[in-house]
Amino acid sequence: MTEVLVLGEVKDASLDSRTLEMLGAGKKLAEASGGKLSILLMGDRVGNIAEKAASFLQGTVYKIEHPLLNGFNADLWLAALEQACAKITPRILIMSHSFMGMELGPRLACRLNSRLTTDCIDLSIDPENGLLLGTKPVSGGNAISVFKCAGQTQMVTVRGNVFPPAESGNTGAAMVAIDVTLDDAISRVESLEIVEEETVALDKANIVIAGGAGLGGEEGFEMLEGLAAALRKSFGSVMIGCSRMAVDKGWISSDHQVGLTGTIIAPDIYVAVGISGAIHHLVGMVHSKKIIAINTDPSCNIFKVADYGIVENYEEVVPALIEKLEVLS
Amino acid sequence: MTELNIIVCAKQIPDPEAPLSDVSVDAENMEVIVDAPLVISPFDENALEAAIQLKEEAGGKITVLSMGKKLSDSVLRKALAAGADELILLEDNAFEKLDSHSTATVLASAIKKIGAYDLVLTGRQAGDWDAGQVGLILGEMLGLPCISLAREIQIEEGNVIVKKTVPVGYERAKAKLPALITVSNEVGELRYISRTRMLKMMRGGDIASWSTQEIGVSDNAIAKMEIASLSTPPDMTRECKFIEGTPEQQAEELAAVFTALH
Repeated sequence: MTEVLVLGEVKDASLDSRTLEMLGAGKKLAEASGGKLSILLMGDRVGNIAEKAASFLQGTVYKIEHPLLNGFNADLWLAALEQACAKITPRILIMSHSFMGMELGPRLACRLNSRLTTDCIDLSIDPENGLLLGTKPVSGGNAISVFKCAGQTQMVTVRGNVFPPAESGNTGAAMVAIDVTLDDAISRVESLEIVEEETVALDKANIVIAGGAGLGGEEGFEMLEGLAAALRKSFGSVMIGCSRMAVDKGWISSDHQVGLTGTIIAPDIYVAVGISGAIHHLVGMVHSKKIIAINTDPSCNIFKVADYGIVENYEEVVPALIEKLEVLS
Repeated sequence: MTELNIIVCAKQIPDPEAPLSDVSVDAENMEVIVDAPLVISPFDENALEAAIQLKEEAGGKITVLSMGKKLSDSVLRKALAAGADELILLEDNAFEKLDSHSTATVLASAIKKIGAYDLVLTGRQAGDWDAGQVGLILGEMLGLPCISLAREIQIEEGNVIVKKTVPVGYERAKAKLPALITVSNEVGELRYISRTRMLKMMRGGDIASWSTQEIGVSDNAIAKMEIASLSTPPDMTRECKFIEGTPEQQAEELAAVFTALH
């Protein structure tokens, strides 16, 4: 029987939202292929998360508990995963396109001699041959490609906030503990320290004001912060975003980056200042409810996706706008 | 400090910053047509910049490796102009639309032919297919320690210490050389190259071209991506209302837009 296996991810001692989305996607695949949906949970301790996971599926909750799986060391996790896949031999393996999935997916695919499709936004079963099809935006988002995923285990990583989450209420899932052999020597990368940084949660913002190469320097972001402060009085959560170019230039940290390799967001209002709108940026903000763009080049991409456009030097418009908003609030 | 031998894998792709109007999808032939100049994939440029900074500190040699069906050396010579020492082109009709595993197979064979190296750097993903797989698969094939999403790379006594991006911030990770590192854009953009230097490199420079026979890759070791279909994404364009007038008037009207949206 086809076994669809989801690699679960745990956050704050429960299944993270992306795992519920993967279970939702996996359930459909299991139904379409007449198979069953299972989950693999890994860590130094899996605890009662296994019981919680059981309510989302009819197949098996596999768990691997090993002291060396404390934290996330890719080499050790990979070795454990490889051993688990040899025992389970899933037909389909779904991982999240998270930091963990991005790192484990390609390496595991290589070890299993499978082919992997990354960052999928849709999954289906080819009715002709029963094989997995992974749909993925390519060329920064300029095209949508459907890939076949060859191999004994067909592998995908899936994008977050795309698939509807699974609903609980199932009973009868089996619980299986998998033993793995791990030792310190497997790890070839040593973690010296993990430094927590204050990062901006762009997906929680009502308004995002984003700057790009057109700002001309990091001082530009100070002006945008002034605009954010003025808007905060009426709009609540207003945050600063940016394009990849602004990060490349060292003007702002990458947690502010909006786009394919940054955060994908859909705030009530997105204000793009000095951003030309490369496709990999647009895919990160195009679902915003209202888009306002300020740029000196009337022909640039950003105006094609904007509701309101101002063709002018932002240094002229933004201070005047701040002044007007101050009067209104 | 001993000198470093760094290999940077760089892919040649149509400019991913191209205007939307220059991009179309040929669904029948399953191709994305981009009417834009070829460039080095942006994250690979970040990797090259990281390599140049390391070389400036420790000295050594940078070899840029590029693979494709048809490579334009004028695009890749930019790497030499920026500070790389040697360019190796892997060109073959069979190297079109290879899947990630096959691309890594070809690059791994070439890297084995190069022989001695301390670091292999790749961009985190290429700007055409956005798979983000080749670097890490390459690391597996070469049996190297792998560190992904580097934002800063340092060498200390035969080890590489990398600041890699993780969900809560960054991790300082350490591995023995040789190692493979995938580079993210936090490293910074490739340095400015003067026109004079660029022109100089259009003529000179150390460029080698290796055939599939020379690197020992057989036809049955590589396969193309298996694409079932390619289509145009849903239209994302909107009707843009341009706000005209002096900056003062524009600001006035935009403030009114904000008020109305509240």
